[in-house]
Amino acid sequence: MAELKLNDVAKSYGPINVLRDIDLDIAEGELIVFVGPSGCGKSTLLRMIAGLEKITGGTLTIDGVRMNDVPPSQRGIAMVFQSYALYPHMSVRDNMAFALKIAKKSRAEIDAAVTRAAKVLQLEDYLDRLPKALSGGQRQRVAIGRAIVRDPKVYLFDEPLSNLDAALRVATRIEIAQLKEAMPNSTMIYVTHDQVEAMTLASRIVVLANKGIAQVGTPLELYETPRNEFVAQFIGSPAMNLMAGEVIETGPETVVCLPEGAGTLATKIPTRPEDKGLQVKVGIRPEDMRPTEDATFAYQGEVEIVEALGEVTQLYFRRGTPEADPVIAKLPGIHTGLRGRSLKITADPAKIHLFANGVSLLHRDA
Amino acid sequence: MSPFLQGLITICLGVGGCVAYFWVSNLVLDRVIFPARGRDPGRNIARANMVRPWLFLFPALFSVTLYLVYPVVGSFIRSLYNRDGDVFLGFGNYRALWGDDGFRTALLNNFLWVLVVPAGATFFGLIVAQLTDRLKWGAIAKSIIFMPMAISFVGASLIWKFVYANNAQIGLLNAIRAFFGATSPIDPLQIPFWNNFFLMVILIWIQTGFAMVILSAALRGIPEETVEAAVLDGANPFQIFFRIMVPQIWPTIMVVWTTITILTLKIFDIVYASTGGNFGTQILPSYMMQYMFRDDGRATAIAIVIMIVVLPVMIYNIRQARKELD
Repeated sequence: MAELKLNDVAKSYGPINVLRDIDLDIAEGELIVFVGPSGCGKSTLLRMIAGLEKITGGTLTIDGVRMNDVPPSQRGIAMVFQSYALYPHMSVRDNMAFALKIAKKSRAEIDAAVTRAAKVLQLEDYLDRLPKALSGGQRQRVAIGRAIVRDPKVYLFDEPLSNLDAALRVATRIEIAQLKEAMPNSTMIYVTHDQVEAMTLASRIVVLANKGIAQVGTPLELYETPRNEFVAQFIGSPAMNLMAGEVIETGPETVVCLPEGAGTLATKIPTRPEDKGLQVKVGIRPEDMRPTEDATFAYQGEVEIVEALGEVTQLYFRRGTPEADPVIAKLPGIHTGLRGRSLKITADPAKIHLFANGVSLLHRDA
Repeated sequence: MSPFLQGLITICLGVGGCVAYFWVSNLVLDRVIFPARGRDPGRNIARANMVRPWLFLFPALFSVTLYLVYPVVGSFIRSLYNRDGDVFLGFGNYRALWGDDGFRTALLNNFLWVLVVPAGATFFGLIVAQLTDRLKWGAIAKSIIFMPMAISFVGASLIWKFVYANNAQIGLLNAIRAFFGATSPIDPLQIPFWNNFFLMVILIWIQTGFAMVILSAALRGIPEETVEAAVLDGANPFQIFFRIMVPQIWPTIMVVWTTITILTLKIFDIVYASTGGNFGTQILPSYMMQYMFRDDGRATAIAIVIMIVVLPVMIYNIRQARKELD
């Protein structure tokens, strides 16, 4: 139940700068997911909001109050740690009650809060157990319960699912989504390196890279109109194919030629007359690729590897230069017997992305 | 023969002998006693496997019996006889002990030592471990505090005898008193009752380093996130220390505590070197020393009493250490 503003926030350890120019407005009730490659500072940023790391530049405000120097416990935040961070010597009940006991709340109040949280998280039967007697998923629920009990303005999640096994991760992810739905006014910030978590949970995703924010947007915005090559390749799996190209016709529909695969493509991206001859990167998601017999196509090459996954088949095309990432096409259904064959592939003009100097042509004026 | 060669031969014989024992005895068991052939080879294998652990345990059991069980039993039997070992007294020595004021003082003092020294050393060790943890010069502070561990008890007692010297020129304590205007020096080791505590300070001074090293390692083992979670939960540094950190290292604290308790129950040198057990500072081990070479053979009885006093602490210590391993 709060809005957060990060204004020009920066973090440096001595002379080493790890984050800078972080500007972000988070509205009440949003679930913001920070994603980025490891070491991009997403956890550091979360810990700065929590107050566990000092903010070395810029301001953080929660509900209009400057929080830079407010102690963590008075910021109205609660955090769920990757390692759960349960107090191992306390029962589930005491773990959840600890913050309230510290705050000198009345016994009845504490009991009511703990019981309510335990009910929401289905932990009623485990209240008197020690954390070591719980499974990973239960421990994570206790950690979430410890946050709920405090009724914070902002929930912070630091990779809460990464210690769980795959099946449990899906189940817990859905529980977190349901929890968010049950508390529509609470603001949540969630750090993960898992795209699926980011895409499914987020109301908006913040992609962090190169010490700053690469792009902020709803999951589908990031998927459909990535601002730059980094976001384009980071969101989506397998990553978007990028191929060198040159603009040969400008206008509301741009035509590019792709020398490597000897292809020519029309796209729906508008360009200006002076863009003719512009060197670009043509980005096509593997799932947008389809085989074609037409004269205009994106890539022609020999299929080197075929991965039949049942619902889809992934084709890896040999590239001219061995160190380049392979061109990948993801075709629905089962396709066999393609290995070693030469194939032309293309994509819908509306599904093609163009990047010049790393920035999307759609975003270059922004 | 040069001593070096002698040593080498001894080592070879010893190690070779051990290897030969295990190898040969195992071979005899498998080939001669329960060979895996005949009408029922399966049963013989099962039997051999039941005997094998005892075969391998035997050397250890034998030496423990020879060097530990036999002396305990022997001491106990001896404690039932007079000094020359020819008159059976029953529990006469124990009765004589109980009737002796010196013994009762020693027993009482020993309890005081056990109460104060482990508590003091563990407490200071814990505080020092926590306070030096994040300091740049923490490592130096720790090594200085650890240093008394390397000093013998007698050496430490002599150092502290200077601190306690009945003279403002030599004694640090009296010098401090003089600084605050006291005119005549006192002898701290002759103040009835309290002199015990002045002696305990010496052992606390020695053992704090031990407690500090172990507890410092334990504190480092606490997951950082639990502390951060407590910070977010609003706990102040004292609450974090006493309600989050200390409970997590409690098993280690208990091991340190009981280890120092056992050491305290055996301490003798400090009392012997500083007061010789006079002025009401006698404790059981020094009391035993006093009787060892004279009087009526009650020294073994005291030894047994000391053992009985140490035993429960010892058992608790081992249990705690095992629990910590789990």
